[in-house]
Amino acid sequence: MLKLQHLAWDLPDGEEIIKDIDLTIPDGKLIVVTGPNGGGKTSLAKLIAGIETPSSGRIIFDGHDITDCDITQRARLGIAYAFQQPVRFKGITVRDLLELAACAPLSEEALCHLLGNVGLCADEYIDREMNASLSGGEIKRIEIATVLARNARLSIFDEPEAGIDLWSFSRLVDTFEELRKTHGGTLLIISHQERILSIADAIVVVADGRVRQAGPRQEILPTLLSDALSTRCPRSQNTGGNIHE
Amino acid sequence: MNNITGELLRTVAGIDGPIQGAYNIREDGQCTGRQSTEHIRIESKITEPGIDIYISSQAQGETVYIPACVSHSGVDDLVYNDFHVAEGADVVIIAGCGVHSDGQEEARHNGIHRFFLEKEAHVLYQEKHIGTGGGSGARRIDPVTDIYLAEGAVLEMDTIQLSGVDASDRKTSATLSSRARFVVRERLLTDGKETAATDFTVALDGEDSGVDLISRSVAKGHSRQSYRSTIIGNHRCTGHSECDAILSEEGSVVALPALEANHPDAQLIHEAAIGKIAGEQLLKLRTLGLTEQQAEERIIAGFLK
Repeated sequence: MLKLQHLAWDLPDGEEIIKDIDLTIPDGKLIVVTGPNGGGKTSLAKLIAGIETPSSGRIIFDGHDITDCDITQRARLGIAYAFQQPVRFKGITVRDLLELAACAPLSEEALCHLLGNVGLCADEYIDREMNASLSGGEIKRIEIATVLARNARLSIFDEPEAGIDLWSFSRLVDTFEELRKTHGGTLLIISHQERILSIADAIVVVADGRVRQAGPRQEILPTLLSDALSTRCPRSQNTGGNIHE
Repeated sequence: MNNITGELLRTVAGIDGPIQGAYNIREDGQCTGRQSTEHIRIESKITEPGIDIYISSQAQGETVYIPACVSHSGVDDLVYNDFHVAEGADVVIIAGCGVHSDGQEEARHNGIHRFFLEKEAHVLYQEKHIGTGGGSGARRIDPVTDIYLAEGAVLEMDTIQLSGVDASDRKTSATLSSRARFVVRERLLTDGKETAATDFTVALDGEDSGVDLISRSVAKGHSRQSYRSTIIGNHRCTGHSECDAILSEEGSVVALPALEANHPDAQLIHEAAIGKIAGEQLLKLRTLGLTEQQAEERIIAGFLK
């Protein structure tokens, strides 16, 4: 279980990016975080992964206060993070990266399975370098595969749909659904896509650095689809959120 | 052959036991072992130190070893090696140089190599440099390589220098005839107060000739590197020079790629990128559970692979 307690994050110039967020995310669920651009979704994910350090508040993961843990420690505790804009590496192959993620050598079969989940054929990719010879969409899908390879207790995907073609996206949605059924960990997906929202167990709406809504999909999704957000001032509420299993 | 040389040979040329094929081993300025084969003949030069290596057209897929080692301080080894590669030959040449310093005096190897590749010949030239020993005397390696490629000939040059050489100054020149290709993959790691200079000059004299120079380097500690390349396009040709350097600690790198196009159909490109390891790369590997130091080492290892 992940608990965010009065979490806040300010930029050095004092601008408040995340404002007093209280949120509880249960185990084994597929949670989608959505909301307007610039509302704080990616910042919130980076705070959870340890990429940014909160100005105040606590982060509790599986009963342990991990607020002061760095990225490496959190990764080793079971938090995995797929970047919205993945990075390239010269001299590191797709296989290298997936094996680093898995912390073990991977068989051809395992590599095939991981890459197949993101719509890539292992034979064509495992020996390729993670460099500019790969397209943005290919790099993005490999980034997602690295998080799948971690088999983490909490897997965070920041806009996995960005830059991915329609067919691969469809495959990816199937993968998330399969993971929800078979994988014991929690999936936290930042997304604007209705197809991803529609497979969520729960939805968290973040806007203007606050949690605007949080609850079961059946409860939240209709309000989103009614376009309520676009007609309301994003500063109007801060409900906090406890997502009940 | 002493133990130090044995260790150096293992490192620079992968030699650990009897060698299959042609070879010439040079230790502290002397030949300590040589073998010619049916298709590869090695002969001593008469007027200067060094050897001539004659590779016949029948040499297909054969390997020739010509490593050189300096096993103690106070040795300044100068050698002239000429490779004469006949039409259509296809061989691998494993060179490499190890320099060991155990005293206050300098230990230096200066290999002057010339390659004469006839029509359609193909050579893969692999060279590894290393410095060892705890002496205060500098370990220097200063290779000079002159290359002449006839019509359709191809020379692939794979060079690597990863540790212990206090100073190196590499000068390489190549002249290419029509359809000839010259491919260089250079990897370089310097640390401490080491210095390394690389200077390539390639003349693309023949129609449809091409060169591809790629240098990847890491400058750590207070080490200094310089990369200079000049590609001269005198005919319809393609030329590419790429210098990628990672800076760590107080290391410094100068990159000066130059292009000279003397023909309207010469297509010449240069790229140079110097900087620290990107923070995003470190972050990504840390999210996979690596520490910052492990991430940096992994990135550098991959970069120089």
